[in-house]
Amino acid sequence: MPEPDSSWLAWIIAIPLIAGVLGFVAGPRAARGLALAGALVTVAVALGTMWQLMRHGTVRHPVGGWAAPLGIELFADGMSAVMLVMAAAVFSAAIVYAVGYYSASDPSHRPVGGASFFPIVLFAWAALNALFLSSDIFNLYVTIELLTLASVALIVLAGGATVVAAALRYLLATLLGSLAYLLGVTLLYAAYETVDVTRLGEAIQPGPVAWWAAALMMSGLLLKTALFPLHFWLPAAHAGAPAPVSALLSALVVKASFYIVLRLWFWVFAEVLAAPAGTALGVLGAAAIIWGSVQALRQKRLKLLVAYSTVAQIGYLFLVFALAVDGEVMPLALSGVVYLALSHACAKGAMFFVSGAVIRAIGHDRLDGLGGVARNLPISVFGFALAGVSLIGLPPSGGFIAKWLLLHAAIRSERWWLAAVLLGGSLLTAGYVFRPLAQLLAARTAPDVRPVPRLMEGPSLALALIVIVLGVMATPFMGLLEPVARAAAAQIAGAVP
Amino acid sequence: MSLLLLLVASSLVPGMVIFFLREESHVLRTVLNLAGATFKIVLVAFLLWGVAHGRRYEARYPLLEGLDLVFHADPLSLLFVTLSAVLWLLTTIYAIGYLEGSPHRSRFFGFFSLCVSATVAIALAGNLFTFFIFYEMLTLSTYPLIVHRGTPEALRAGWVYLVYTLGGSTLLLLGVAWLRALVGPIEFTIGGFLTETDPSLHPTLVLIFALLISGMGVKAALVPLHGWLPVAMIAPAPVSALLHAVAVVKAGAFGIVRVMYDVYGIEFCRDLGLTLPVMAVAALTIVYGSVRALREDGLKRRLAFSTVSQVSYIALGAAIAGPAAIGGFVHLVHQGIMKITLFFCAGNLAESLDIHHVSEMRGVGRRMPWTMTAFTVGALGMIGLPPLAGFVSKWYLGLGAVGTGQHWILAVLVASTLLNAAYFLPIIGVAWFCAPDHSRPPGTDRGWAETSLMLLVPPVVTALLTLVIGIFAGAPWSPLQWAKLIVAPEIVP
Repeated sequence: MPEPDSSWLAWIIAIPLIAGVLGFVAGPRAARGLALAGALVTVAVALGTMWQLMRHGTVRHPVGGWAAPLGIELFADGMSAVMLVMAAAVFSAAIVYAVGYYSASDPSHRPVGGASFFPIVLFAWAALNALFLSSDIFNLYVTIELLTLASVALIVLAGGATVVAAALRYLLATLLGSLAYLLGVTLLYAAYETVDVTRLGEAIQPGPVAWWAAALMMSGLLLKTALFPLHFWLPAAHAGAPAPVSALLSALVVKASFYIVLRLWFWVFAEVLAAPAGTALGVLGAAAIIWGSVQALRQKRLKLLVAYSTVAQIGYLFLVFALAVDGEVMPLALSGVVYLALSHACAKGAMFFVSGAVIRAIGHDRLDGLGGVARNLPISVFGFALAGVSLIGLPPSGGFIAKWLLLHAAIRSERWWLAAVLLGGSLLTAGYVFRPLAQLLAARTAPDVRPVPRLMEGPSLALALIVIVLGVMATPFMGLLEPVARAAAAQIAGAVP
Repeated sequence: MSLLLLLVASSLVPGMVIFFLREESHVLRTVLNLAGATFKIVLVAFLLWGVAHGRRYEARYPLLEGLDLVFHADPLSLLFVTLSAVLWLLTTIYAIGYLEGSPHRSRFFGFFSLCVSATVAIALAGNLFTFFIFYEMLTLSTYPLIVHRGTPEALRAGWVYLVYTLGGSTLLLLGVAWLRALVGPIEFTIGGFLTETDPSLHPTLVLIFALLISGMGVKAALVPLHGWLPVAMIAPAPVSALLHAVAVVKAGAFGIVRVMYDVYGIEFCRDLGLTLPVMAVAALTIVYGSVRALREDGLKRRLAFSTVSQVSYIALGAAIAGPAAIGGFVHLVHQGIMKITLFFCAGNLAESLDIHHVSEMRGVGRRMPWTMTAFTVGALGMIGLPPLAGFVSKWYLGLGAVGTGQHWILAVLVASTLLNAAYFLPIIGVAWFCAPDHSRPPGTDRGWAETSLMLLVPPVVTALLTLVIGIFAGAPWSPLQWAKLIVAPEIVP
C-alpha cells in the first residue's frame, strides 16, 4: 500500500485558521462568507482524513519536515478521525446556524456580537483540530489553551453582567485546571525528558513522580471537563452564552479535555494507575449522571435544562474508566464511550440550536410558557425530539449504539452497579427530555410568535438526523475505533500481569 | 429478501413523506396513506402464499460486529403481519374520516405510519435485538399519537404511557443484553436454542426470562403492569384501535410468545418451571380485567379493561401449549378484529351522538343501527358465543387445558366468559331494548347512513370478519388453520 499523503493533517488546521485571519482583516460581511466557505472545505478535508484513516489506520505528519522529538509531529489514528468528524459536524452546523442567528430582519432583535463571531469560531475550530492531532502533552496544553481563550471570547459576545460573570468564572476555573496540567507536564518532562505521548508511555515507571504528575494533570482536566463535583462553572456559562456558542461549548469544548484524559489514561499512565483510580472516576461519573439529571429535571428554563443535561452526559463518558479495569471488555467500553461523545455532540448541538430558536420565537425559554410552540417551529421540535431519543439512548440513534456497547461491557464484566447506572440514567434522561417536549406539544397557542429564520431550524434537524444515521451506520466508525481500542487494551494488559 | 424490507418500507416511506406535507394537501396525503396500506396487503398476500408453500424469507443487515438486524418471515410472524396489514388499511380509512378538519393531520398520519412500520418490523424480527429496536420505535412513535390533542389529560396520559413503557423497555433491554452476553447472538429458532445451556446457568436464565416477560408484559398489559392502557383511552378513537388491536398490546403479547417458543422453547420453559407462573399471571389478568370492566361506566374505559383481560388469553394459551397454544395464537387475530370493531363503534357513538358512557346509551340501537349491529357482533364474539370468532379461541384454550390436566384453567375461562357477558350484555340490552333518551342532542341526519361512510364501513367490515372467520374456521385459509400450522412443529417435533 502506498504511503498516505499526510499533508491533509496540516490542512485541516490551516484552512479554518486562514479563513479566520482573512475574516478578521476583511470585515464582518466577508467574514461570514469566508466562514461558510472555510466550513465547507474543512468538512470535506475532515471526511477525506477519515476515509484515509479507514484505509491506513494511523498517519503521522512532521510539520515542515521536522520529525519528533525535535519538530512538531501531527498524529492521527481512528479516534482522532472520529473526533475530527465530530468537530466538523458541529462547527459547520453552528456556522450555518449563526448566519441565521445574527441576521434578524428587525434590527432591535438582532443579537450583538455577530461581527466577531465568525473569525473567532474559526480560530476555535483550528485549535480543536490541532488538539485532536497533537501527539505530545505540551502541544495538547497549547491547543487546549487556545481553544479555551477562543471559547471565553465567544461566551462574552452577547455581553451583559451575568454572562460576563459566568465567563470569568469559567475562565478562572479552566485556567486553574491548565495550571495543574502544566505542572504535571513539567514533572514528566523533568523525569523522562520527552513530551511525546508514545515515548512517555514506554518510559514511564510507577513512582511518586508519575503519581504526582497523573494526579495534577487529571484533576486539572477533570475541572476543565466539568466532571461532578467540579461542574460548578458549567451551567451558567453554557446556558448564558449565545445559542450557537452554547452548542459548541457543550458539544465540543468539554470533549476536548475529555479527549486528553483518554489519551493520558490509556496511552501514558496505563502502567501507572491502579484499578481503584479507574473505579473512582467511574463512581464520580455515576454521581454526575444522577446529580446532573436530577438538576435537569428541576430546571425551569430550557437552556439550563440542556446545560445540566451536559453535566449528566459527561458522567457517562467517565464510566469507561471503571469498565476499562477489566481488560477484556475495555475495547468495547472505549469504542462505546468515543461513540457516545460523538453522538452526544450532535444531539446536544441540536438541542441548544432549538433552545435558541425557541427564544427567538417567543422571547424566553421558561418551560411553563412553551405551550404550542410545536405549531410554529415543527422542524425544531422534531429535531429536539430526535436528539432527545439519542440522549436517552433509545434506538435508532448513535446514543443507543454507545449505550448498548457500554451496557454489554458492564454485563460481561459483571459490574452490575454500572449496568444499573446506565439504565437508570436513561430513565432520568427520558424524564428531562419529555418534560419540555410535552410542553412544546401542548395545545395552547403561543402569543406573539416572532418569525424564526429557516437557517436557525435546518441545522438542528441536520444534526439530529446525523445522530439517527449514526444509529444505523455504526460499522465504519467501529472500524476506526476498534483497532485503537484494542491497541490500548493490549498496552494495559502488558501493564497488569 | 427485499420483499421483507419492502413490507416495512411500504408504510415507512409514505409516513416520512407525509411528515413534510402541508396541512391542506388532503388528497395527496390520503392517496399516500391508502396506496401504502393497499400495497402492504398485496405484499402480505404474496408472502403468505410463499410461506404456506414452505418458503422462508430472510434479510440481514450488520449493525455492529456480531450484531445483525435480522428480518425473517415464518408462520408466526405472518399471523401478526397479516392482522396488522389488514386492520391498518381499515384503521387508516377510519382515521381519515375521523380526523377530517382537525389540526396536525400530517403529524398524525406520519406517526401513524411509523407505528405500523414498527409493528410490521416487530413481527418480522428475526432475533431479540431486532425485536427490541422496533419495540422501542413503536413506543416512541405511539407517544405523539396519544398526546395528539395536546390537552392536559392527553399530556398526562402520555406521561403515564411513557413511565410504564420506558420502565418496561429498561427491563427488556437488560434482559436482551444479558442474554446476548451469556449465550451470544440470539436468533429466533423454533423450539428455542437454550436447551443445551449449562445447567449452572439455569437460575440466571430464569431471571432473564422474568426480565424479558415483565418488559413485554407492560405492553401486553399484564396485571399489575396494565395501568397505562385505561389511561391512554383519552387518545382519538383511531389511536385506541391502534393501541388495542393493531399494534401495541399485540406487540407485547407477540413478544411473550416469541420468548417462550423461539428463544427458550416451550419444553425448556416447562423444565425450568416457568410456564405455571405465566399461566397464573395471565389467569389473574383475565379475571381482574373483567372485574374492573364490570365497574366502569365510561365506554372506552370499559373496553380498555376488557382488552387487559382478553389479550392475556394469548399468553395463557402459549403457556399451556399444545391445542391451547392454537387457541392463544388465533386469539391474536380474533381479539384484534373484535376489539377494533368495538373501538370503531365507540368512536362513532362519540363523534355522532357525543356518547361517552354506557349510561348514555339507552336506545342508541335505533339511532345508529349499523354501528350498534357491528358492536353487538363484536361484543358477542368477545363473550365467546358460537359461531363467532371468540368461541373458536376459547374452545381451543379449554381443549388444551383439559388435555394437559390444568382443570383450574377451565374455571378461569368460565368465570371470564360469565364476566364478559355481565359487562357486555347490559350494553347491548340497553342499546336495543330501551326507549331512546330524547333529552340528548340529535345527531346530524345523513339518511340511511347514520354517519360518514368512512366511519361506518370499517366496523361493519370487521364485524363481518368476526362472523366469517368464526363460521369458516375449518376452511384452509382461516386464521385457525394458520395457527395450527404454527403450532405443528411444536406438537410433532
